[in-house]
Amino acid sequence: MNKTKNMSGRFNRSWEPFLYLLPFFIGILVFTLYPVINVVLISFKEGYRLLTGAYTAIGFENYSKVLSDPYFINGIKNTAVYIITVVPISTMISLLFANLLNQKIKGIAIFHTAYFLPLVTSATAIGLVWKLMFNGQIGVINFLLGIFGIGPFEWIIDPNMNIYTLIIFGIWNMLPFTTILLLSGLQNIDPLYYTAARVDGASSIKMFFRITVPLLAPTIGLTCVVNTISASKVYGELFPLFNGRPGIASNLYTVVYYIYDQFYLKWNLGKAAAASIILFLIIFVFTMAQLQIQKRWKYY
Amino acid sequence: MQIKLDGIVKKFDDVIAVNNFSMIFEEGTLTALLGPSGCGKSTMLNMLSGILPVTEGTIYFDDEDVTNLPPQKRGVGLVFQNYALYPHMSVLDNICFPLEIQKVPKNERIEKAKEMARLVKIEQYLDRKPKELSGGQQQRVAIARALIKNPRLLLLDEPLSNLDARLRLEMREEIRRIQQETKVTTIFVTHDQEEAMSISDKIVLMRDGFLKQVDKPQRLYDEPNNLFVANFLGNPPINNLVGKIKDGRFVLSDDSASIRVDIKQAKEGEKIVLGIRAESVALNDQDPDFTAVIKERYTMGKEELAILKVGSGELRVYLSSDFSHKAGDTAGFKLKSKGVFLFDQDTEDRVDE
Repeated sequence: MNKTKNMSGRFNRSWEPFLYLLPFFIGILVFTLYPVINVVLISFKEGYRLLTGAYTAIGFENYSKVLSDPYFINGIKNTAVYIITVVPISTMISLLFANLLNQKIKGIAIFHTAYFLPLVTSATAIGLVWKLMFNGQIGVINFLLGIFGIGPFEWIIDPNMNIYTLIIFGIWNMLPFTTILLLSGLQNIDPLYYTAARVDGASSIKMFFRITVPLLAPTIGLTCVVNTISASKVYGELFPLFNGRPGIASNLYTVVYYIYDQFYLKWNLGKAAAASIILFLIIFVFTMAQLQIQKRWKYY
Repeated sequence: MQIKLDGIVKKFDDVIAVNNFSMIFEEGTLTALLGPSGCGKSTMLNMLSGILPVTEGTIYFDDEDVTNLPPQKRGVGLVFQNYALYPHMSVLDNICFPLEIQKVPKNERIEKAKEMARLVKIEQYLDRKPKELSGGQQQRVAIARALIKNPRLLLLDEPLSNLDARLRLEMREEIRRIQQETKVTTIFVTHDQEEAMSISDKIVLMRDGFLKQVDKPQRLYDEPNNLFVANFLGNPPINNLVGKIKDGRFVLSDDSASIRVDIKQAKEGEKIVLGIRAESVALNDQDPDFTAVIKERYTMGKEELAILKVGSGELRVYLSSDFSHKAGDTAGFKLKSKGVFLFDQDTEDRVDE
């Protein structure tokens, strides 16, 4: 009697946790693991048909097609420009905001809410508001620039301006999340360091560059990695701004928009899959490189 | 540099942290601000450094009124309780930082930093990061960083409380040595009476924001002005018996025993706390001041700790171990002239001076 109780107890101890994990694991298997493997397989299948599952050959044809597609090349170029402008600029602005939000002043909670509100607002709603603000005739952006004698620009209608429109929108979009991360990093810095520096007569600027930035380096590194990955997947931002087009003259393809275009609009599953794999590899290499750089920043 | 505090008051909203604090710190001395937690000693230190503004009163550095000067203009070196070394900078950069702020040329400040490192004996660790050092070494770096700008005043906030027992002994002697070599006027905060007794020229004993007594460590121990000072200093703590003066003798409140004491200024009938230091009692059956039952004996090498029962009261005293009485025996005891004090029960002031 005692023995069987022990046996069942042991069974429970070893199998019960797995039973609890099973539903979640099945979910992962069906909705994440299977599609990922399938994308890899499809990317090598030439002439693949979605409905029949038929294909003509296995090989690298999809990859060579994608890599020689001017739209894809254009997408890579635009995405790269987007990343190297949006990530550093938004990080710098966020660093400034995080510092301001870290001050102990009255009513700071209002500013906290104001800065973090975009995080919980629908991206499409925000995009439509921005589209209105970017409007060449009635937009507030041209109005504000006009005060300083700049512009007016045709942010939406002029195809050459579209990339700037996207970048400005992208920078703004990235601010709340980055600011939250940096603010939490700032709050982890012992205020005693500033007291010590102040007693020695350090100016605010000196403290910022000699204490805040070095101590915040790991967090800045983290936001750069996360933001680079998210910026390399830019595509949703295009829809509200340019009526679902990649720029008003279709000159603003991004890599993910290209994948979307090939898959949903042109039904080229093979090319879409191959482009996905290429994007994955680029992000992977990028992230590894950043993590390596980050290791050198560690001071502890 | 001589520091003069004149009627310093510090209020946090309605709470008075430091109350009408006046005293002079002599040039080149090492002074301990001693007191229990919340007595205002750290607040006092922060007002000296200029981190906290004073509510009332004046601070003079020599003849200069520095009450409203910001910390960086006071020329003070500050060592924090947890050192506050910049974790991303090497030891050398940490020590150099105050000079870097003053825009001293690089060669010059490295030269000076090495000199400081030699003073505090950390010259072999200059390339390390603070995390790679022991607590004592970090403490040395913090002191070097505080001293490099030639401060007029060195302030140390609980400098030894983050160290283990062995390092604490070592570092307190080091602090004394460094202070004597540099001759810088130094004030440090501590709640550890032994620490304060062992290295300081003078001890400032504080309680609830009030300055209770200032004196040389030994005099503070030998001649406490009030019950708090007597209780705070000494290990084991002083014995307190509560009672009154009756017929020229001290009688316990419940009349269970009486002790012959030199009552001096104490008045007949006055309610008294009799303080007896553990080392101020000796066996004497011929001419005893009081008799007591030896409740327990603990051998401690050359002397013994005995617990004596005097009526309803209890005394912990050190006795030389060459006596034959066993636990449970009754014996006569004599009080020594040193280490026996009478305090008024209400005011807690000394009444036998």
